[in-house]
Amino acid sequence: MSVLVVLEQQNGKWNRMSFEALAAGQKIAQSVGAPLEAAILGAGIAAVTGEAAQYGVAKVYSVDHALLADYTPDGYTAALEQLIRSKQPKYILFPHTYQVRDFAPKLATRFGRPFASDVVDIKTDGVRIEFVRQLFQGKLNADVAVEGEPQFASVQAGAFRAQEAQVSAAPVEPFAVNLDASQIRSKPEQPFREAQRSVDLGAADVIVSVGRGIKEKDNLPVVEALAEALGAELAASRPICDNGWLPMERQVGSSGQTVAPKVYFAVGISGAIQHLVGMKGSKVVVAINKDENAPIFESADYGVVGDLFEVVPALVEEIKKAKA
Amino acid sequence: MKIIVSVKQVPARDSALQADSDGKWLDESDLTYEMNEPDAYALEEALQLKEKLGGEVVVVCLGPQRATQTIREALAKGADRAIHIEVSEGVVLDALATARLLAKAIEQEASEFILTGLQSDDLGYGQTGVVLAELLGYAHATIVMEVEPQGNAVRVKRELEDGWFQNVVLPLPVLLTIQSGIKKLRYATLMGIKKAKTKEIKTIPSAHLGVDAASGLKLEHVYPPQRSKQSQILTGDAKQAAKKLVEKLKFEARVI
Ligand SMILES: Cc1cc2nc3c(=O)[nH]c(=O)nc-3n(C[C@H](O)[C@H](O)[C@H](O)COP(=O)(O)OP(=O)(O)OC[C@H]3O[C@@H](n4cnc5c(N)ncnc54)[C@H](O)[C@@H]3O)c2cc1C
Ligand SMILES: Nc1ncnc2c1ncn2[C@@H]1O[C@H](COP(=O)(O)O)[C@@H](O)[C@H]1O
Repeated sequence: MSVLVVLEQQNGKWNRMSFEALAAGQKIAQSVGAPLEAAILGAGIAAVTGEAAQYGVAKVYSVDHALLADYTPDGYTAALEQLIRSKQPKYILFPHTYQVRDFAPKLATRFGRPFASDVVDIKTDGVRIEFVRQLFQGKLNADVAVEGEPQFASVQAGAFRAQEAQVSAAPVEPFAVNLDASQIRSKPEQPFREAQRSVDLGAADVIVSVGRGIKEKDNLPVVEALAEALGAELAASRPICDNGWLPMERQVGSSGQTVAPKVYFAVGISGAIQHLVGMKGSKVVVAINKDENAPIFESADYGVVGDLFEVVPALVEEIKKAKA
Repeated sequence: MKIIVSVKQVPARDSALQADSDGKWLDESDLTYEMNEPDAYALEEALQLKEKLGGEVVVVCLGPQRATQTIREALAKGADRAIHIEVSEGVVLDALATARLLAKAIEQEASEFILTGLQSDDLGYGQTGVVLAELLGYAHATIVMEVEPQGNAVRVKRELEDGWFQNVVLPLPVLLTIQSGIKKLRYATLMGIKKAKTKEIKTIPSAHLGVDAASGLKLEHVYPPQRSKQSQILTGDAKQAAKKLVEKLKFEARVI
């Protein structure tokens, strides 16, 4: 009756969210009095499994197979299905990465089980576990209970503080899986990045980032004026780039750039997690939003609740005065 | 080619959302609804695939009676017909339950492509497509940004984290979950809206599908998140707030 956390690595490099999922797993393990175990999939993973063994787990399963060298949903699902059927963990946790999005629902379905995806907290009374999920991109929360076993869940980025390494190391247990190349239907090619970007938002000191609150492309000069007054780079949330109002290379977030300026102005941006992960390293965050309940205010140092079309021009004027 | 696209109706963005009195779901009394945004992109990709390959685009939607409005919108944009799995108002299903019903309703269609949105704006499971693929035995790829048909296969560009991408080749039949922004969205034309009125919507009450959809996942309690309110909210009219903000930025944060 263990708690199994599936850690993610690629070519021997961790996805750091793995250690946040491990912390969530530890919370469950401690509360229900079960051992915490980890599993790692890949090919030639001795170094990473050895490292994982130091993160406060009782055991690490090394699922090492040539057909797991490149991630495929068929390969990963088949391998984890075999591990889970053999070890019968009660809870199976994942970091909510893009890769996990791609295969974990398939895996849970193999067991006829639901999957509590993207949880931000875990409530427990020692017997029953409730997973806290966000609805409407963080505008509401929901406590979710799962009946039966095993229980599958994934953990949102930033929800738990990453587990830290310890001196003592747990045993690493190889788990042999049977995989056949014919089971794997998708043929992945090498990952790549788009051609050189002409803007490097990562180097900017001040960023003015605009979201859907701007309503129309024709309104962009409103925020451009603010960027100009501050000597800032202009950035955007995803929908602005999806609409082609600003080029993709100005997108901040999980599928865009990661930035860490001295000041980040979020103008008309609601604060969805996929946006927050790209800017949470900013020193000072200023949010301007007409909805006082917008999740962005949780991540802001300073907030103005108001209509950006009034607040931003006023701000431009004040900045000009202050700089004069 | 037969291309199925799943479309969900969700509360309009910018809706004032409130939990209902017993904290089980939303108070839906004052809400307006729209097509889930990623599904609009899935529909657009489906229509463009049909323009390239020929065949038909079939919309599948699970929702209460009001969802016909969203279905009509998809038909007006160019989908050929629709299957509406009707549930009672206020029924909230998780991804596994939804996918079981969708699977049952479309299994006879034997489509080459199924396109879904990446994620629903309301429940946000980000799973239904992948679960559906598993239930139907289709190969799948998620977070798809480009679709290039290659006879009995398809090459797709997947989005990875931090600005990375990956091309993947998959055999048909295939299910793809479509990321927002894949193509520019079209508007329904007047002609399209007129034509939509004559297109077939096959309505199936969910109970008639004979599926025990119950998955074991339960929404116990819906509530507004606890705000820690660590931010300083600057009050006053726009001018006053702007003035205070500039002072803070100048003297407290020292960034101006
Ligand atoms: C796999 C995946 C990857 C993603 N990657 C990214 C990413 O890299 N980057 C990203 O940004 N998103 C990403 N997203 C999308 C993300 O989930 C959100 O949908 C998106 O960030 C929302 O953008 P927004 O805040 O601009 O729009 P909305 O959520 O629509 O928010 C608009 C905000 O503007 C406010 N507003 C409206 N009018 C005014 C006004 N007049 N004055 C002031 N405020 C106003 C509203 O109150 C609201 O809070 C991703 C999603 C998925 C599923
Ligand atoms: N009730 C529904 N009717 C039709 N399609 C749905 C429904 N629920 C989910 N989907 C599809 O599955 C995708 C992912 O939803 P979710 O797993 O809830 O995030 C959505 O973008 C839709 O394309």
